Amino acid sequence: MVLTVSDVTKTLPQSGLERPILDRVSLHLEAGKSLALTGESGSGKSTLLHLVGALDGFDSGEIRVDGTSLSVLDDSGRAALRRSSISIVFQQFNLIPSLNVSANISLQAKLAKRYDPDWEDQLAQRLGLAQLLARYPEQLSGGQQQRVAIARSLAMRPKLLLADEPTGSLDEETGNAVLALMLDLVAESNTALFLVTHSPTIASALDRRLHLSTGGLT
Amino acid sequence: MTGVALRALLSHWRQHRFQLAALIVGLALATALWVAVQAINAEAKASYAKAEGFVQEFDRKSLVSTDKPLTVADYVALKREGWPLSPVLEGRLKIENQWIDLVGFDFLTFPPVPTISAPGAQAPDGAFLISLLRPPGGLILNPQTAADLAISKQGLAIHLSDAVPLGSGIADISLVSRLLGKPDSLTRLIYLGPDPPETKTLGQLPDHIRFSSANSAAIEPSALTESFHLNLTAFGFLSFVVGLFIVQGTIGLAMEQRRGLFRTLRCLGLPFRNLVLALVVEISIIALISGLIGLIIGYFLAAALLPGVAVTLSGLYGAEIENTLSLRLAWVLSGLAMTLLGASIASSYGFVSLWHLPILQAPSTRARGQQVLRNFNGWALLGAGLLGLGVLSLLFLGGLSGGFVFLGCIMLGTALLLPYFLWHILRAGQSATRHPLGHWLWADARAQLPGLSLALMALMLALATNIGVGTMVSSFRLTFSDWLDQRLASELYVTARDDAQGEAIQQWLEEKGLRVLPIRSRVLQQPSGQITIYGVRDDPTYRDNWPMIDVLPDAWDLLAQGQGILISEQLARRQNINLDETLSLPEGWPHRVLGIYSDYGNPHGQAIVSMPQLLRNAPQAENQRFGVRLDPDHIPVLTNALREAFDLTNENVTDQGQVKEASKQVFDQTFRVTDSLKLLTLGVASFAIFTSLATLWSQRLPQLGPVWAMGVSRQALAQIDVLRSLLMAGLTALLALPLGLVLSWALLVVINTEAFGWRLPIHLFPLDWLWLVSLSLLAALLAAILPAWRLFRLHPSALLKVFSSER
Repeated sequence: MVLTVSDVTKTLPQSGLERPILDRVSLHLEAGKSLALTGESGSGKSTLLHLVGALDGFDSGEIRVDGTSLSVLDDSGRAALRRSSISIVFQQFNLIPSLNVSANISLQAKLAKRYDPDWEDQLAQRLGLAQLLARYPEQLSGGQQQRVAIARSLAMRPKLLLADEPTGSLDEETGNAVLALMLDLVAESNTALFLVTHSPTIASALDRRLHLSTGGLT
Repeated sequence: MTGVALRALLSHWRQHRFQLAALIVGLALATALWVAVQAINAEAKASYAKAEGFVQEFDRKSLVSTDKPLTVADYVALKREGWPLSPVLEGRLKIENQWIDLVGFDFLTFPPVPTISAPGAQAPDGAFLISLLRPPGGLILNPQTAADLAISKQGLAIHLSDAVPLGSGIADISLVSRLLGKPDSLTRLIYLGPDPPETKTLGQLPDHIRFSSANSAAIEPSALTESFHLNLTAFGFLSFVVGLFIVQGTIGLAMEQRRGLFRTLRCLGLPFRNLVLALVVEISIIALISGLIGLIIGYFLAAALLPGVAVTLSGLYGAEIENTLSLRLAWVLSGLAMTLLGASIASSYGFVSLWHLPILQAPSTRARGQQVLRNFNGWALLGAGLLGLGVLSLLFLGGLSGGFVFLGCIMLGTALLLPYFLWHILRAGQSATRHPLGHWLWADARAQLPGLSLALMALMLALATNIGVGTMVSSFRLTFSDWLDQRLASELYVTARDDAQGEAIQQWLEEKGLRVLPIRSRVLQQPSGQITIYGVRDDPTYRDNWPMIDVLPDAWDLLAQGQGILISEQLARRQNINLDETLSLPEGWPHRVLGIYSDYGNPHGQAIVSMPQLLRNAPQAENQRFGVRLDPDHIPVLTNALREAFDLTNENVTDQGQVKEASKQVFDQTFRVTDSLKLLTLGVASFAIFTSLATLWSQRLPQLGPVWAMGVSRQALAQIDVLRSLLMAGLTALLALPLGLVLSWALLVVINTEAFGWRLPIHLFPLDWLWLVSLSLLAALLAAILPAWRLFRLHPSALLKVFSSER
């Protein structure tokens, strides 16, 4: 099991009071499988994604990524786990503007010491980025930037790929194409995909679908 | 409508208090240093005006002697022929280790006493005049001079007057002749008749007496010190520009952050001109508040620096200024005007951006990125143009103005080239680095360059100034030290009370088999200025040690034969005389220039002839000072013996070491104010880096967030952030080094030569540079620590906003 979330609770301050945004949430995800998480705005989808991405702490419960419990890790340990096992694709791409496409794609793989130039070439070819490797993010369209973000997340062959509205900034046609590519690549690399989205259409394209409302999963 | 917009604009500062503080502190610091320099200059100029007013009052057209001193007999003879004259005797008197310039007048003929009394002094009346004339007499002094000298111990009646310049005293001529021990001598005779003199009725003047126009022989303090004040103004202006760099960055950031607000206000119907008007009012309010704070800081800064400046002016030029600072409307208004002007200049770029960028649509990152590169290229082009202009001004404008234009162009030009160079160095570093984090570090440093470039330019200017001025002062010190070793070759220096004792001491020393080198001189007043001519014995001491710059091969032999003269560098430069040319002197003196020697720190001309030549032309030259050559081990014994035999004080017998030490102390004091200004400029530049890093902080998170999400811990990111600041500061310091050396060359070779009349060799001080580079790295480290600490302590939720806030 790549991801196990057990009875996780997270409270956030709202209007001066600590209110639970996630209340005893549990889920699991196997390698090579994909899971879509839907929910209303403010339901805690992104918060849960951040928790499983070892980006934020939680109040109680347990999260295990690739067998490692996040509760016992300090800041450096969480950073090391993200570096080695987790990749994240954000809605706003969050590419590094000072690096060109090639350096953006390879950065995390190199940090994880799992850089494979052949795999980078393959990803670039598959995602239509081969001619754009020397360009900088500011010179790319939104769709191209998102494809770079996906290539970056897969270049280090993560155990767990997290995607937060990965096509939310793209038009429908481009979004569908990007999603299809991502799903193909995830299946080929035996990566577990945890995707947060508003869109029922996108959610229906994944192996499983969970809905988050008022702190709990349905 | 504008008021509503102004309130909306001002609300930005409530949320960005640090930014507001940086803006106010930046403007206040820029104003403070400018105001401090202006206040010091104004104070000094007021002192000079007073001194020059005094000189003009009394230094009327006079009769002087061209060679031997005027005597009372000369005066009596001329009076008998009907010349309307009033005698004057001038001289220096040492009282309790302080020198005072005494001027003795015949108050009955000139001047009327009331003109020398100022408001607050004793009311001038007949009784006052009589008190000055009747023994023991009275001395009129500046209040500060009287306080410094504690002169009342001399048993004289002291009268105070603000009209008398610092370091001077005036009295009846009988009292001055008694104090100076010159009962029969006069310095000049003030001509009181109509101009031009009616020589037909008055008769011809004797051959050795001629007219000297007012001030013909004196160099006014304001003329002498002009270059120093120009230097000080340049320092103040540099600090002002460095301060503006802080302000420019902060205002630019505030404009950038408020683009959304501008858009909203425009959408709500606010006309563009009202928006601009509101921004102008906002900037003016902030500028006025900052200006007032700057005035207060500047006043205290000037008060703290003024004693150092006084020492410098006294040490370098012999010009005295008062130690107390007055609040003068001129520099108060100029300070406020400079603050407003500075704020306008600093915000002008923001206004231009506001005009050109589409407010109703956020500009794309692509446009901004390309704009940055275009800006750097444009700045580099402008910088290169300024470098060319600087070189042209040096070649074709020449003089002190050419030197300063060169300095200004070189400094500003290099500063404008800095971002261009850094951009390319960082890109080369990025290409050469394989490690992923290292690769990102170089790339990220390059991405930060637009936000940091102004602060780095400020750091470079401050460092280059430190290196340049430091090299100049250290080179001067080293040269001065060598020069002292050469000039003060005798082991012991003796000063007798009078000529008779001098002769006795000389005889006593020679009987002991010691080599005695008399120090005798005659001051000549020439149309081009004052020249002190020394006579020297033909002794190996001079041949081996005298600090010659340019000399004929057989100069010392020719000098001993009375066939020529050695002149100081200042005299050679002032009169544009080269080796083996002729110096214009009265009949009887040698004219051929056999050699040119260095004579640092002396604003007046100096020359050397053989002792027989001096005594032939000036038989009455004082014979009271001697250098004595002896085994250094025997100095204490001889010193004691001399003191006992001739009842001499410690001051009358000093050894070489004491004189050198005293001279070096004066030298070090002289450059104390420069040290203070150097450190202040570096401090302002460090503050510029700090404010830039701190204000850029909020813009850093979008760059750091993704790297953190990829598994680089906050601790590692904080360390990399510090490393990045050190990298930028280190690169800037390396680029500042050649600029500093060019600056020191310009100061030593161009400015000094023009301003002081002497040219100094350049010495290099790599350890000083190392120290300065370390200091700048420390400044960058301190500036980066707070933002890095904030990053290290940052809660993950703040970093997560990078990914979610744009939803």
